[in-house]
Amino acid sequence: MIENLDPGLVDWSRAQFALTALYHWLFVPLTLGITFIIAFMETIYVKTGDPEWKKITKFWMTLFGINFAIGVATGIILEFEFGTNWSNYSWFVGDIFGAPLAIEGIMAFFLESTFIAVMFFGWNKVSKKFHLLSTWLVAFGSNLSALWILVANGWMQSPVGMHFNPETARNEMLNFWDVLLSPIAINKFLHTITSGYVLAAIFVIGVSAWFLLKGREQLLAKRSIVISSVFGLLSCLFLIYTGDGSAYQVAQKQPMKLAAMEGLYQGSEGAGLVVLGIPTPGKQFDDQKDDYLFKFEIPKLLSFLGYGDVNAFVPGVKDLISGGYEYNNTNGIKETALSAEQKIEKGKISINALKNYKHAKENNDSEKLKESLDLFNENFKYFGYGFLNDPKSIIPNVPLTFYSFHIMVSLGFYFILFFSLSLLFIYKDDIEPRKWFLRLAILTIPLAYIASLSGWIVAEVGRQPWTIQDLLPTVAAVSQIDASAVQITFFLFTIIFTALLIAEIRIMTKQIHIGPKEGGH
Amino acid sequence: MFETLSHLALQQYWWIIISLLGSLLVFLLFVQGGQTLIYTLGKTDIERKMIINSLGRKWEFTFTTLVTFGGAFFASFPLFYSTSFGGAYWVWMIILFAFIIQAVSYEYRSKPNNFLGAKTYEIFLFINGAVGTIFLGTAVATFFTGSEFSLNEMNFSKWEGAANGLELALNIHNISLGLAVFFLARVLAILYFMNNIDNKEIFSRSKKQLVINTIPFLFFFLLFVIWLLLIEGFAYNPINKQVAMEPFKYLHNFVQMPLVLIIFLIGVLFVLFGIGKSILKSCTNGIWFAGIGTVLTVFALFLIAGLNNTAFYPSTFNLQNSLTIENASSSKYTLAIMSYVSLFVPFVVAYIWYTWKSINNKKIDEKEMSEDIHVY
Ligand code: HDD
Ligand code: HEM
Ligand code: HEM
Repeated sequence: MIENLDPGLVDWSRAQFALTALYHWLFVPLTLGITFIIAFMETIYVKTGDPEWKKITKFWMTLFGINFAIGVATGIILEFEFGTNWSNYSWFVGDIFGAPLAIEGIMAFFLESTFIAVMFFGWNKVSKKFHLLSTWLVAFGSNLSALWILVANGWMQSPVGMHFNPETARNEMLNFWDVLLSPIAINKFLHTITSGYVLAAIFVIGVSAWFLLKGREQLLAKRSIVISSVFGLLSCLFLIYTGDGSAYQVAQKQPMKLAAMEGLYQGSEGAGLVVLGIPTPGKQFDDQKDDYLFKFEIPKLLSFLGYGDVNAFVPGVKDLISGGYEYNNTNGIKETALSAEQKIEKGKISINALKNYKHAKENNDSEKLKESLDLFNENFKYFGYGFLNDPKSIIPNVPLTFYSFHIMVSLGFYFILFFSLSLLFIYKDDIEPRKWFLRLAILTIPLAYIASLSGWIVAEVGRQPWTIQDLLPTVAAVSQIDASAVQITFFLFTIIFTALLIAEIRIMTKQIHIGPKEGGH
Repeated sequence: MFETLSHLALQQYWWIIISLLGSLLVFLLFVQGGQTLIYTLGKTDIERKMIINSLGRKWEFTFTTLVTFGGAFFASFPLFYSTSFGGAYWVWMIILFAFIIQAVSYEYRSKPNNFLGAKTYEIFLFINGAVGTIFLGTAVATFFTGSEFSLNEMNFSKWEGAANGLELALNIHNISLGLAVFFLARVLAILYFMNNIDNKEIFSRSKKQLVINTIPFLFFFLLFVIWLLLIEGFAYNPINKQVAMEPFKYLHNFVQMPLVLIIFLIGVLFVLFGIGKSILKSCTNGIWFAGIGTVLTVFALFLIAGLNNTAFYPSTFNLQNSLTIENASSSKYTLAIMSYVSLFVPFVVAYIWYTWKSINNKKIDEKEMSEDIHVY
């Protein structure tokens, strides 16, 4: 079915997707959060009529415009990349996955782009109220676009609301609401947008801190810090709450990802949560090395967080490969886990049964038809494993997932502290003399980006090799084109996006240096 | 409501929506056309600034329509999305690169410290205008000329063409549609400037350029249409779904769907009327006629590509692998769900219309360029 596939092709395609997605994600979170911050500011302006608030609003709006343009530039490629580079994937799940993308365009992108025009060009042309409404609609529009794409991404991590149709050889949607309201999608959405709010709040505080250090724009800076600290602190609390929800979902739906996040090779009952640790470098799942060189863990917490039971068994990488442990399936019935090898075998049976089904159909052999269909359905759960040959290939990159996860979580707790301090100092009105804090605030901006990118690395690297969990691995999802073509576009993207990123950063810093202008920009 | 329709009716409904989006997109490509005329029509800095700002308030719509067109195609005819994008890789990648560089250019061109320099962003705009239109036209022309691809029993596609899609750009009919779209975009842009910019110099230069661009547009458009009416087309049998070549297929489609023929003829007339009127008289509303005409004409061309038992994405490698609205579509359930979503479209159009009226009620002039607003 997937004959003579060039292994380089898959790697280049993955590299290209990772590159473009990460570039897109450099700009998206700021858009998600800063639009709300701007909307709060403009609301105060409309309520109080104080022109200083208008100046503040317009200043942050300029920065938003610069960031938005490049967010759009990096977004269009992702939309089409499913077709260009993951063409088999696009057919296999297009019936379900295409819908959110289309809805995103119709409902969210138009909302955003229309009202952004009012935001920028409408100051002297529409009423204050209508302008304010437009600003709010831009904020909601951008968050709505996040909803649909994250529903789609959530569905890939845990496919629901569908069945496989052997006639068309693809997955078809059975229930739209199951797809939309799947707990993994909802958690992902809430966690991701709040991560954007946190990042934007940190950005605004950091830039304001720079003004204070330079002794410029004190009023603008302090007012911006007040708004962002409150917004940031509340968002960050919620972020940790939804992050916990995400981890719970991962434990249920993607045990291998959970094992990678925790660097857990050898599963156990009452597993502890590793707060700090160094996984043994070069460790293979079947060698005798210890999992960690060093670790500091909270006993039993992982079992509790993942399964709501301090003594629950958490399978490690090794257990997931060799199977044989007991677990409760989705219906709450005890089952013995299969080994990866058995799953691969079953996968191959179901792929074969599908082929036989097609032949039987052509030859009008009704007996064979029913027999192969039954066989297919029985083994469909492991369909994707049939494309794999080596049990080891179901293990993602453990150190990368582990470190990304721990960096994100540690930073999450640090941000709580950071917002609390910022709120405290601004409340007591002695933030200006605390130069160390102002410098820290500037340094925290890159940390917010690191946390946010780490989150996606956990989510995406941790689910390898699957594009659709258990149903379609990357080797089967890829477009069958020349690896060299993908290689060339990979480098073209690298060059163009990097050049644009440099341009963006330079323009952004220049505009910050220039500061707010009395009128606008 | 939509659930009660048959699968075929939903497939037809979605082909009509795709056609409508495609035709709106071609109209909105006037932004691209205008980007290739910045230096032709603007001789001083301030003139160019007015042109760029006039386009800069519209480019997002073209861009978003392209994105929505892609998304809607994916949702309704996923097999096309997977086959064409993954196969004609280079054609689509070139289009995408052309749009990536456009997206930042307006915002960054006039900002201080912009790294690449204003000139580079203007070149980006030019590339987007020329390459984007020609290649989009080329890609759409393959609906009539076909491509070399095959499908396996899982409906996984493989491109059998020589150069991952680049070979499509060597087909003369594909190119003639590409160039027709390119010159049409320029014609529409000129008409748009005549309507939107309040400046005598630009207006008189526009009038001259209008003639210069109309001639090649008509040449390539007629070349394509006449050829189209004479060729064999890719027809499928509605009962056994077998695909076969049928002489004068697209001519037959016009004859057998007279409403589509009428739409087409009215469209062409409107385009000609809008152009002619603007050449002969000093009027500013030519864009409305030519714009509506463009939408109608392109709409009709899309309809004859996919309706009336026609394979809209033919495979010249294996005729039986050709895509039709029946074998390439989403399931009935998904199409029905998406049909509910399509009800939002009129609402979206309405608010776009309303907001544009409220901030665009005045032409762009020199004074506005120095005012306290967001200027590119
Ligand atoms: C400012 C950014 C930020 C911060 C501080 C955090 N996260 Fe996060 N996290 C993200 C930004 C992010 C993200 C970029 O938004 C991700 C990537 C995919 C997603 O759904 O959200 C993510 C993913 C992600 C996942 C993977 C979900 C999946 O694979 O589907 C888990 C389990 C967590 N996070 C958990 C946490 C916890 C427990 C945190 C704090 C205590 C935390 N995150 C802080
Ligand atoms: C891999 C999946 C993704 C695809 C295919 C995609 C697609 C796109 C596209 C095409 C644009 C440009 C839209 C325009 O015409 O204006 C865009 C921009 C944007 N996307 Fe993404 N996106 C993806 C991931 C995400 C994620 C995960 C989020 C948020 C959590 C997100 C949120 C946004 C936002 C806020 C913008 C801002 C610019 C705009 O909306 O125009 N995107 N995306
Ligand atoms: C619905 C949206 C998304 C889909 C369908 C999707 C799908 C994919 C696919 C097909 C790959 C390539 C397979 C592979 O990794 O080997 C991938 C990789 C990746 N994606 Fe996503 N993705 C989505 C959203 C995102 C977004 C918005 C980001 C964040 C920036 C992201 C981050 C990554 C990363 C970091 C990888 C690299 C992992 C690796 O190659 O090992 N993804 N994703």
